[in-house]
This record gives sequence, C-alpha cells and structure tokens, in this order.
Amino acid sequence: MPSLRPMTRGKLVWPLAALGCLLLFNFFFTPNFFHMEVKGGHLYGNLIDILKNAAPIMLLAIGLTLVIATHGIDISVGSVVAISAGVVAILLGGDLAGQPRYPMAVAIGAALLVSTAAGVWNGMLVARIGMQPIIATMILFVAGRGIAMVFTNAMVIWLYVKPFAILGQGYLLGLPFSLYVVAALLLLTALVTRRTAIGLFIEAVGINPTAARFSGINAGNVLLAVYTFSGFCAGVSGLIVCSTVMSADGNNAGNLFELDAILAVVLGGTSLNGGKFYLLGSMIGALIIQTLTTTIYAFNVAPEISQVVKALVVYAVSLLQSEKFRARVAAVFASGRVAA
Amino acid sequence: MPADAPVLEMRKISKVFPGVRALSGVDFRLFRGEVHAIMGQNGAGKSTLVKVLTGVHKHDAGEILLEGKAIRPDSPFAAQKLGISTVYQEINLCPNLSVAENVLIGRQPMRFGGIHWKELNRKAEEALGRLNVSIDVTQTLSSYSLAIQQMVAIARVLDVSSRILILDEPTSSLDEAEVERLFGLIGRLREQGLAILFITHFLDQTYRISDRITVLQNGLFCGEYRTAELPKLDLIAKMLGKELSEFRYATELAARRKEEAATRRKEEAATARKEAPNLLRARRLGLHGSIAPFDLDLGEGEVLGLAGLLGSGRTEMAKLIFGIDRADQGEVQVRGTQANITSPRAAMMAGMGFCSEDRKNEGVFGELTVRENIILALQVRKGMLKFIPLAKQREIADKLIASLRIKTPSTENEALQLSGGTLQKVMLARWLATNPALLILDEPTRGIDVGAKLEIMELILNLSRQGMGVLFISSEFEEVVRCSDRIAVLKDHSKIGELSGQDLDERKIMRTIAEGG
Repeated sequence: MPSLRPMTRGKLVWPLAALGCLLLFNFFFTPNFFHMEVKGGHLYGNLIDILKNAAPIMLLAIGLTLVIATHGIDISVGSVVAISAGVVAILLGGDLAGQPRYPMAVAIGAALLVSTAAGVWNGMLVARIGMQPIIATMILFVAGRGIAMVFTNAMVIWLYVKPFAILGQGYLLGLPFSLYVVAALLLLTALVTRRTAIGLFIEAVGINPTAARFSGINAGNVLLAVYTFSGFCAGVSGLIVCSTVMSADGNNAGNLFELDAILAVVLGGTSLNGGKFYLLGSMIGALIIQTLTTTIYAFNVAPEISQVVKALVVYAVSLLQSEKFRARVAAVFASGRVAA
Repeated sequence: MPADAPVLEMRKISKVFPGVRALSGVDFRLFRGEVHAIMGQNGAGKSTLVKVLTGVHKHDAGEILLEGKAIRPDSPFAAQKLGISTVYQEINLCPNLSVAENVLIGRQPMRFGGIHWKELNRKAEEALGRLNVSIDVTQTLSSYSLAIQQMVAIARVLDVSSRILILDEPTSSLDEAEVERLFGLIGRLREQGLAILFITHFLDQTYRISDRITVLQNGLFCGEYRTAELPKLDLIAKMLGKELSEFRYATELAARRKEEAATRRKEEAATARKEAPNLLRARRLGLHGSIAPFDLDLGEGEVLGLAGLLGSGRTEMAKLIFGIDRADQGEVQVRGTQANITSPRAAMMAGMGFCSEDRKNEGVFGELTVRENIILALQVRKGMLKFIPLAKQREIADKLIASLRIKTPSTENEALQLSGGTLQKVMLARWLATNPALLILDEPTRGIDVGAKLEIMELILNLSRQGMGVLFISSEFEEVVRCSDRIAVLKDHSKIGELSGQDLDERKIMRTIAEGG
C-alpha cells in the first residue's frame, strides 16, 4: 500500500525500538524465550503465545485508534467484549453434547450486531447529543457488564460447541487462527481509511473540529462512524475471548481491556489529543504490552508487584516516545560533554 | 554601563527549520525608553526572531546580550523571569477561564491553600484599569470580542515588572479608538524607560509610534533606521526587496487592472445585468441576537465589500450566509433558485467558499500537511468515497502553491510550520481548489504584510474577472474601497447602507457609519 508508507514512516521507529528492547532483554535473560517448535503442524513458543494473547487487545486497539484520532475515547470496549461473549455463549447454548442451540453463524452475527449497536449508542451520545466521550462511554462501561449478566443470567456459561473453539484456539497454516482475524480487520481498516477520504476526515475532525465543519465535513457522521466501528471491533474481540476460554463470564471477560487497548494506541504513536493516527503503531503497542506481561510471568515476578513493574516499564516507554524528553536527555548529554 | 548602551543586543542570530532558513545572521538592538519596530514580509523572520528572544525557539548561531550579559532563555517562562514579556500574535489565552484568571494565570494570589478569588478579581480589574478597560473580570474570556481578549493578553504581561515588552501584532484586531488607547499606554510605558519591541503590518502605526525600525527580508538583516529618516516608500521597497521603481510599477499595475475591470464590468452590466440572475440574493435574512434582517445581492464577477467597525456584525453576516449560523428569518436564493443553507456543507454544495478571520481556530489544520489542508474542501465536495489519488492531490496542491506563491518547502510539510500570511494563502487555496462561484473572505489581509496584502487583493480582482463573486471583509476601509465594486456598510449588527460608483470612498463609509443606523 503506497499510501500507507508516508503516514507511518518515522513515527513507527520508537514503538518498534521499545518492542526491540523488550525482546533483546528476553534474548539475554530469559532462557528459551525465542524457542519455537512444531507440534502436529502447529507452531508453538513464547512468540506465538504473545501474538495469540495480544489478539483481543489488538482488535480493540484498531477501533480505538480511530476513536482517539477524533480526539475521543471509548472506555466501554471491555464491557462490550463481555456483552459480545455473553450473547454468543447464550445463543450457542450450554449443551454438553456440543449441539449448538442456534446455528453458529446466527450466534456470531447476533453478537456482532449487539456490539455494533452498543457502538451506535456511544456514537449517538457523542455525535448527536454532544456528550463528552469519556462520560458517554462510561455509561456502557458501567452498565455493560450488567447487560452481559442479563444475557448470561448472571452465570458463567460454558460452551461445548467444538467448531467455535477454532476462533480462539484453532490454527491455520501453522499459525493461530485469531491472528488471521486481526490481520483481516487491520487490512480492511487500513484500506478503508487510507483508500477513501475517511482517514483524512477523521484526522481533520480530531485536529480542529470547527475548521472541519467550516470545510464542509459532517463531523457528527464521522464521530458516529468511529464509535460504531469501535463497538464492532469490541464485538469481534469478545468472540475471540469467549472462544479462547470456551466460556462467557459477564464479570471478568474483557475486564480492564479498555486500559490496555488505550495504552496500545498511545504507545503506538497516536496522540490522545487526536489527529494523525497510526494503525500499525497501535498493533506494535499491543505487542509491547503483551510481551511485557509474558516477560513478567517468565521472570516469576511476585504477583503482588508485577503490576508495579509493568507500570514502570510502560512509563519508561512513554518517556522514550516523548520528543521533549528525548530533547532534554540529548541536551544533558551535550552540556555534559562541554563541561568535560 | 554607559547610559546609551542597548538594554538588549542580538548579534548574528541564525535559525534553521527543516527545509527553511528562517534567520541568517540577524542583528537587533533595543534601547531603554524606545519603541522599536521590526518590519518585514511574511516569512521574513520577524516572529522567529521574537521566538528566539523569548525562548520558544533556540537559535543555532549568534548571541543575545541582555544589559551586557549573555543570556540563552530556554523557555518563555525563563525569558519572562529575565524581564522579557511578550504578547504573541495569535492570542494565547484560555478562552474558558475567566478574564481575571487569564490575567493572573500562574500568579494567582493564594489564601488558606486556595485561590484568593476576591483578591484575584481585584488585581485583574486593577491591571485592566491601567489599560482603561473596565469589564466584568469574572466572565469567561470567550464571552468577549477578540479586541478585548487582546487587551487582556496585554494586561497580563504588563502586570509583571518587565524590562522589555514585546508586542507581536497587538493591534491587528483592535479598532481605531482602541488602538489610540493602546498607543497612549505604550507612550507612557516608553517614558517610564521600558524598551518596547513592536511588530505590526500597519505602516501608519509604525510611523506613529516607533522611534526606530529594523527591516528583515527573507531571514536576512536589511538595516536599522531612525523612523523619522526613513520615507515610507523606501521602507516598503526594502521590505519587498524590490527597487522602488519596480514597486511603484506594481501598484500602478494593480490600479490600472482595477480600472480596466471596472469599465469592462460596467459595459457588461449595462447589457447583461438585468437578465442574468444574481449569484446570491438574500432577502430579510437575519438571526435574532446576531444580525438584524438584511437584503444583499451579489452578481457574478462582482466584489462586494462589507465595511464597518469592529463588532459591527460583518463576521456575523458572513457566517449567516455560509450557514455556520442558521438564520431564523428571511430567505436566500443562489443563482435564482431557493437555497436552504443550513450548514457550511450545504453552502459549499451550493458553490460557496468561506475563509474565516480566525485562521488558527477556524481555518488551519496544524498537524495536517499543506497538501491535505489544500485538498480537504475539494475532497469533501467530491465525497468521501471518491478519494483523490495522491499524485493528483500533489498536482492540485503544487499548482495552487505556484499560482498563489505559497512559501512552503514542499507539499508534505505540516501547516503549523508556516507563517500567518502563508496560512492565509493555504486557506484561500483550499477554497479555490473547489472552484466556488462565490467566495467569502473574512479579513483575508489581517496580520499579513504589505506584499502579501497586495498579492491577495490582486488575486481577488483576478478572480472576479473570471466571474467569481467575492464577498470581501476588511477592517481597513482603504482596502475595501480599492477592491470592491459595491460596499455594504454595517453598524451595530445591522446593515445601514450601500455605496457604489462615485461613493466608493473611505470618507463616505465613515460618514455613513457616523450618520446612519
């Protein structure tokens, strides 16, 4: 895609550097971190696990990248993951024999429809009523888990429909199936945003909504579209989450995912102030977070302080990305050299 | 230190931005008790020089001496602490805070660990009182006009005991009386021994208030002169970097073109005006609380000027026509058919374009490239799905950059790297790309230099020659008179008259304002 390259070049360097540092660290200090083997035609290893485990966050980050580019935020995505998982689980049913209650296509379609509807709801509040995005999406952030509970009757629903497990646990050509879902959605999003003008309009609205309106852009429609899409992405993510553990838990599915997804977008170089967005950057951001989590597990960091370690690394990566911070460090080194 | 040593001396300052050499070896001296104007075209390096002095940018070479000591402020805050206070060109205040908070931001009086609001408001009133401005300081800043906001910005830095006061285009949004008030104040500060650096595009104001002038041209130092010893025309020629004769020729050419166009248009008007439907025809169009109902007609190839003092409703009228504000009465016809203009989008689809007076907040997308800024409206008009291929985008942008002489290293630079006048041209380019039938220009010449002003006025005349209708708004009556075929005069948010033919003259406008309404 020639149109993607000028948008991403340069901006991707720092997220990639951060990811590289993490991997390098593991190369020296974690035994067998890069070990891979083929078992029954499937690739196994830490790297594959990282990719597989990052898939749900990557999916959320695709939608959130566009929302954040409009100078918005969607904190309801974690709850929508739970709703999507709940809907698909209840429609497939808990039959021990593995017979789905409704055809799988119907169940998946319904879950995506409900999630997209949640996105429309968020979009309406932001675009038509003019609510602040964090407050508008806080409604579903809070209520969403309740809605998921209504669908699942406040129980953890277990699934025995084997074919459904492919989404989260299956393999295709040696690689986890979920990666193909991520790749497909990413490619589709990149094509739609960069091969039509929607990407430009999203950035314009994010940078200067008044100027965007004066230039004839219907900012309301742009906002409605990105929140709707974010809901859809959360729906897909919910399917993967549900399929990975073959259960739906209204309370815990997708819990705190919104924070990781927002972090992934920001680590990837898209500013919370809106404007230029970097889909590939967000994907790298998600990988940074997952690599970090895996590293912490591999190191047997005491669970009590593992979150603190994670926070410190995230803090360091964020500093690394700040142009101002880099300039200051460079200045310190420069003045040190003069003094010496 | 001898009494006649400069309080500030900048020696051989150089600054390079990616792709642009903003300053090369510029000298500047500022003495106590003087007003020193820096003059130059857009992109000459005036703002960059000031930003180097105030620590916004770091210079690549050269030195700054403040009272003989070398300084290198690395932030505006550091500069402020050294006694260098600045009011920037684009107003840098917080519109949603109160006036008092804006005046004393960062220096709020405290009591019991919280802000002492009563004291805050009292101090702010006092600071504004020194400027002869009496307004309710507890109101949010955005509820006041740009002119008042500018005065708040000035009050904010004047409140600090400063050795150097920098005013970057302080008068560009002020009306005559307010300018007078400001100049009175500048005069008093000068007598108190303050060194004042003054940047403006208004030649008359430079001659009225400044003691000395430093001229920059394309980032180069052109010379330092006593104002009294530098004739106005010489100054203009130096700023343009042209020989005097060449400049005279350019002005004459503009005048002759204008005459030509006027005669031709008169002939055409005699034959065709009656039958040709008007481009725009507004009848009893109005919005309660914004502008009183007005009638307005604009024909193809006509330049209609809107003249009035600051706050007379010029911008409100333009925004109503372009659908930014929705009229609550009256009707609009575009090319003879009823138009329902309920949004800027609808106005654009009906063939209009609008350049806002507030470039920073309502016009430019700083983080988008020049190319994206230029093709945006065209892309909106074509529709989201009919993406203009990149090669085509570059071609359109390159063509407009060339024809409007937009100073940018390439189509791919971010707009925020460009100077004010250049941004104005980028906005013009955005609308010209859509080839509108009617172009509304709200203060297109505000805050830009003589050369660019001349270019923009020439452009307006050329566009009207090609049949475009132009609605032209400017605070400078002289410009309105020079460009317009007819002038609608506004006062107190209503249209009070129309001038044409023999009556197109500054004094007639002023008389209409003084007597009408």
